[in-house]
Amino acid sequence: MTQTQIIMGMPITIEITHGGSQPIFDKVFNYFKKIDNRFSTYKSDSEISKINNGLEASRWSKSMKDVFKLCEQTKEITNGYFDIDHNGQLDPSGLVKGWAIDNAANILRKQGLKDFYVEAGGDIQVSGTNSEKKPWAIGIRNPFNINEVIKIVSLSNEGVATSGTYIRGQHIYNPKNKNQKITEVKSLSVIAGNVYEADRFATAAFAMGRKGIKFIESIPGLEGYMVDDKKIATYTTGFERYVIKNA
Amino acid sequence: MVMKKFVLILAVLGIFVIYSAGIRHQVPVLKKPQSLIASSSPPPTTKSGSTISSTGSSAAPQHASSGRYKDGTYTGSVADAYYGNVQVAVTISGGRIAKVKFLQFPNTHSTSVIINDQAIPYLQQEAIQAQSSNIQLITGATFTSQAFAQSLQAALSRA
Repeated sequence: MTQTQIIMGMPITIEITHGGSQPIFDKVFNYFKKIDNRFSTYKSDSEISKINNGLEASRWSKSMKDVFKLCEQTKEITNGYFDIDHNGQLDPSGLVKGWAIDNAANILRKQGLKDFYVEAGGDIQVSGTNSEKKPWAIGIRNPFNINEVIKIVSLSNEGVATSGTYIRGQHIYNPKNKNQKITEVKSLSVIAGNVYEADRFATAAFAMGRKGIKFIESIPGLEGYMVDDKKIATYTTGFERYVIKNA
Repeated sequence: MVMKKFVLILAVLGIFVIYSAGIRHQVPVLKKPQSLIASSSPPPTTKSGSTISSTGSSAAPQHASSGRYKDGTYTGSVADAYYGNVQVAVTISGGRIAKVKFLQFPNTHSTSVIINDQAIPYLQQEAIQAQSSNIQLITGATFTSQAFAQSLQAALSRA
């Protein structure tokens, strides 16, 4: 059973191999709607927009404070490359998506489900197996041709996220040098124990430019696949164990 | 004359003692010299905090007939580690690696200094190539353009 809805300005797809029911899908989609209403910088009445317009800290929600704490910690471990402060405006969306997908997966687990995936805008958490009782096969999109896949990885309980500039044009910059755009790296996919880790490290490492893949290599539990502007991919030493060879 | 020779011998001995003491002090600085000794083995396939890859650091001293390295200092060629050039010099003393010195090292930014302190992993590269296989889903940069979302919503409504 697979369902898709457009929330947070992007398609969110949930597949439950078996045991899925409409109330369960609704519960997860409603969770994403709640997240969108709280964290969307595109909505003037969202909590994050109100905070950026001066809402005092005493009125911030617990989940907002939790997310800020996670952002602060991520900034620290990425040596400042993950930064939600854009010219005085806070935008935690580089972390919120992965965090929300991870929480959504936990909602499904609490329902006793083991075989499913949750995908939001190209970031994915998988669990268990697909309808053929095999691990999930996930393609990495070609940043030069969105209709093409350039790598296929097999995952059963991991998260994967991709940062790139090829869909919306140039929108990620180096927070340490705001005039320096990331142009050499076209996309960086990160596999981690869960999609929250994959998303936040993909975001931070992408902002590092070519050094990003090395940063991923340096952190245990993370694997990465980087595609540069010369159509050359560079990947971490443990990445290959996930790869399904061309059929 | 004899006195001068004696002083000279003492001085040479003294320099040698200081030198060997220096080497002994340098030894603990080394993290995992055995990874360089095994320079003919393939690149590591698992993550290791301190593996020095054979490709990234191309100084491969000649083996002596005993199977150990010949003493001396060997400078490797400049290797492109894709994020910058790496060149090392290896000092062999008593058949063992006594010192590995980086002659070239990409450390222009603070982050790379922190990362480079840990290891210089050799990462593999390949030209990207279209794959055809049965897949369930795709990871990629986020589609958030309104046009795309609208088009998708329209498509879904027909599905």
